[in-house]
Amino acid sequence: MFSLLRSMWLVFLHMFHKRETYQYPEHKAPIPARWRGRIALTRDPDGGERCVGCYLCAAACPVDCISLQATEAEDGRRYPLFFRINFSRCIFCGFCEEACPTYAIQLLPDFEMAEYNRQNLVYEKEDLLINSQGKYPGYNYYRVAGMSIQGKDKGEAEHEEPPVDIKSLLP
Amino acid sequence: MATIHIDGKTYQVKEGRNLLETCLSLGLDLPYFCWHPALGSVGACRQCAVKTFRDEQDTKGRLVMSCMEPVKDQLRLSISDKEAAAFREQVIGWLMTNHPHDCAVCDEGGSCHLQDMTVMTGHSYRNYHFSKRTHKNQYLGPFLNHEMNRCIQCYRCVRFYKDFAGGKDMDVFAAHNHVYFGRHRDGILESEFSGNLAEVCPTGVFTDKTLKQHYTRKWDMTYAPSVCQGCGLGCNIIAGERYGSLRQITTRYNGAVNGYFLCDRGRYGYEFVNSSRRIKQAAVRALTGTDIGTAEVLQYVKDKLASGKVIGIGSPRASLESNFALQQLVGRPHFHLGMSDTEHDLTTLALKILRQGHVRTPSMQEAATADAVVILGEDLLNTAPMMALSVRQAVNRQPAQEAMNTTHVANWQDAAVREAMQDKHGPCFILNVQPTRLDELATVAYQTAPETIARIGFALARALGAPLAGINDLTDQEQQLVTQMAAALMNAARPLVIAGYGSACEGVLRAASNICEALHQHAKPSMLVLTTPECNSMGLEMLGGLRLDSAVDAVMNGEADTVIILENDLYRRLDKHAADNFFRRCKEVILIDHLYNATAEKATVLLPAGTFAESDGTMVNNEGRAQRFLQVYAPATTAIQESWRWLLQLGRVTNCERLRNMEFFDDVIHALTQQVRCFAGIEKLTPPADFRIAGQKIPREPHRYSGRTAMLANISVSEPKPPVDGDTPLSFTMEGYRGEPPSSVIPFFWWPGWNSVQSINKFQVEIGGSLHDGDPGKRLIEPGGNGQLTFFTDVPDHFVACAGHLQLVPLYHIYGSEELSVHTPGIAERMPAPYIMLSPEDARRYQVAEQHQLQVAVDGHPYTFMVKVNPALQRGMAGIPAGLPGTGIVNMPQMAKV
Ligand code: SF4
Ligand code: SF4
Ligand code: SF4
Ligand code: SF4
Ligand code: FES
Repeated sequence: MFSLLRSMWLVFLHMFHKRETYQYPEHKAPIPARWRGRIALTRDPDGGERCVGCYLCAAACPVDCISLQATEAEDGRRYPLFFRINFSRCIFCGFCEEACPTYAIQLLPDFEMAEYNRQNLVYEKEDLLINSQGKYPGYNYYRVAGMSIQGKDKGEAEHEEPPVDIKSLLP
Repeated sequence: MATIHIDGKTYQVKEGRNLLETCLSLGLDLPYFCWHPALGSVGACRQCAVKTFRDEQDTKGRLVMSCMEPVKDQLRLSISDKEAAAFREQVIGWLMTNHPHDCAVCDEGGSCHLQDMTVMTGHSYRNYHFSKRTHKNQYLGPFLNHEMNRCIQCYRCVRFYKDFAGGKDMDVFAAHNHVYFGRHRDGILESEFSGNLAEVCPTGVFTDKTLKQHYTRKWDMTYAPSVCQGCGLGCNIIAGERYGSLRQITTRYNGAVNGYFLCDRGRYGYEFVNSSRRIKQAAVRALTGTDIGTAEVLQYVKDKLASGKVIGIGSPRASLESNFALQQLVGRPHFHLGMSDTEHDLTTLALKILRQGHVRTPSMQEAATADAVVILGEDLLNTAPMMALSVRQAVNRQPAQEAMNTTHVANWQDAAVREAMQDKHGPCFILNVQPTRLDELATVAYQTAPETIARIGFALARALGAPLAGINDLTDQEQQLVTQMAAALMNAARPLVIAGYGSACEGVLRAASNICEALHQHAKPSMLVLTTPECNSMGLEMLGGLRLDSAVDAVMNGEADTVIILENDLYRRLDKHAADNFFRRCKEVILIDHLYNATAEKATVLLPAGTFAESDGTMVNNEGRAQRFLQVYAPATTAIQESWRWLLQLGRVTNCERLRNMEFFDDVIHALTQQVRCFAGIEKLTPPADFRIAGQKIPREPHRYSGRTAMLANISVSEPKPPVDGDTPLSFTMEGYRGEPPSSVIPFFWWPGWNSVQSINKFQVEIGGSLHDGDPGKRLIEPGGNGQLTFFTDVPDHFVACAGHLQLVPLYHIYGSEELSVHTPGIAERMPAPYIMLSPEDARRYQVAEQHQLQVAVDGHPYTFMVKVNPALQRGMAGIPAGLPGTGIVNMPQMAKV
């Protein structure tokens, strides 16, 4: 009897608590920055595509829903010829983001991806590539890695000496 | 046998080997870089350190490089010792100080020995905070990519390229931490074996450039064990596919055949599979424009086969099964081997010699153990490239043995042995129409006409005691050569004689056989290699059938009007005019092939065949070794099928009694072994289709294969059911048994912790030995089978130059002479332009010089070529590049009028 009254009392008190329910979609819930939602391919600070088509995200993906083909541009940069994520399979685990050595693939705080037609959940590179650096501003893979591209020759990456003259006899 | 103790455990091991190989043979993990099973040890990288202990009391021990330390009885060593492990980690730390950290854009990534070893040693944190030294890269031609910053200075590349394969244009430059591995300047790597650098180099310095055009990681490909289609040697390959196109060929280790290596034609010649000239739909010329499916085409063909007088033309580049199915469909009396005249003669003779002679034909690895070599009329690097690599090892045999005897070092002490050998070579004699790139190894290299080579061979056989008539018109020089060769062969313990289709002269093959038979009489374990022109020439010959000529005759005199041509371009077998006439007389030409070629132009029905990558089949190499290749992937459209499957379907619609109840690959093999006795045993080359391990099939895809649920999602988001393979024990997916499969069906080499090609270690009985349950393949021909053959007595006549005429002889090119590989852009780039090679005397006589055009007439038809002059060529002879697109002359040797 007592517990019954106690429960009713507690329920009554809740009327005066702060509401946790959001009137979605009129009101959006605040989402933390590290929320694992919609996946995007980001760009480096110079506006170039970050993804170098290394296939590591695809290999890490537990449901194998990433598929891409790497290729190389005239300027020596590698990029994905196509990049496809089947979001009807994705479990938003974030493994791809963790595997990515270039910070290209990022899970963003956005979850509004529902579709009536499952086929529309297949995203191609055009749908994934955004014009932003996402969560990791300032990082440019090619500045760190030794591969030369147009505008950054051998020896011009971080912590690199100019190329050796192998014909030199100096020690 | 010696007893050694590793980390407290006792093992029985072979003596005379080094500790590294021994540990690896025992299945233990020990990192290494500079040692390579085929190249031996040099102790350059310091990565393989272990600790050895004096005795049980010794707890301190000392660090040694396991690759430089021989096995000793009662040796105690520790791999897991803390100091040794820390040392190895430190070493890799040093090797990585200048590493560019670009694995993400490195084609080696995922199959990289450096990655594997870094993980194995536990090195994970960079302690070096200074800047990195950098290098510029070089352009090395269409086959290899160069990214010098990834180098760890293990020296494997130069040791393979220069020491092992005899390349001249690659070396190590500069000094101390500046050492540079490459060419003296940008340019195409000349060696025919350059592609192996991609596998030999443990890092991403040298990577496969054709792979880069459609780059795929090792874990992402669908693989199957396959056999190279590039020449008659049948090297074992692994072929990998992704997104419906063939991506890469790598070596499939076979301890008897090709060992760890491939030639560049074999490695890079695969791109015809992805060619835009592929035949993708069945088509009927009479019904062009109408939309017809496979069923209608079959119906059409059925009517034509019922009303016509049908013959079949097989092919030396089609599998045994396909040729057999055609033979059964048209019936034995109507089955023709689609080989050119000369090829047919030479292959028939080669088979006769191998079957009836007393002398064993060696596998490539056996040939490498020879200690004296005589090559008759063969430019090996262009006709059977990997055999040339065997010859290279064989000529080192004697001096290496001498060096080992005098310096008392083991054979795996590569640097020491080579130092002691200097430039010495064992006896090697090369007789050919023109100089070859192997001549630098030769004790004597001599150029003359094929007929004269044969005569010298006959004289040599006689000098070795064969009961033959003397040949007394040899020049003094030739006479002396005969004496020299005879002495060398008699001195050798395992002499090797090589001849084959390169000379296009039966006399040369007969001479080679005579020499070996003569050696056999002296009870010498001699070896005879006869090269064959195409991947399945030997198999086709063993299957048996009529000559191509008789097919032409049959059509010309109206005995036949409907031909089924199997994977064959008759314009490569017959003279153009003869072929044109032939097709003009045919009512129906049904072609089953995969590339649109000149014959396809004439075909009235086209049936799209699968290439080796889309088919299962068996081929017989020049050694008589039957080898199986398995389908890599299901073709893009269901219209493409294995040739034998097309033929079985034709059998079904025409109610062919002989092809009844055959549906799967195993059915064809079963029927084949029943009908043709010499193929008994080929059913065991690979396990049958219903073979399961633990109830499972063997997966073609690595367990890390990615993108399954996305690769076809653009077409439909619901994944289709994966194709089912009813023909082999392999599955087209990543599901299946994850342990080690039987050696004949290993789709790819991978082992936990060993992602690179070095994982082969884990599949071998011992390092460099055979695979766990034996090397794949079965020899169908053994010597002394009937021993009827003794000596050929028909010596060919001397070659005499004929006024106003030139004798055309074929000159082979590794890039260009083979029909399919020329569809790889890189190979096409390295192909020569058609030419005619003249001796200086003839050039003078016909008043032409290099680069001039010369017109010759063959059978009254004119051909014009650019002139090349070669002083080594015999007067009266002219070399024509064989098989080269645009050459037009097919049957050689033959006379041409100038
Ligand atoms: S979030 Fe997880 S499931 Fe989704 S694509 Fe990335 S790795 Fe795959
Ligand atoms: S891991 Fe990153 S760089 Fe590599 S393919 Fe995926 S998105 Fe591109
Ligand atoms: S290029 Fe490769 S094989 Fe050659 S030394 Fe460097 S790492 Fe070794
Ligand atoms: S030697 Fe012949 S079989 Fe071997 S890889 Fe080269 S082309 Fe292929
Ligand atoms: S493998 Fe032993 S020192 Fe390199």
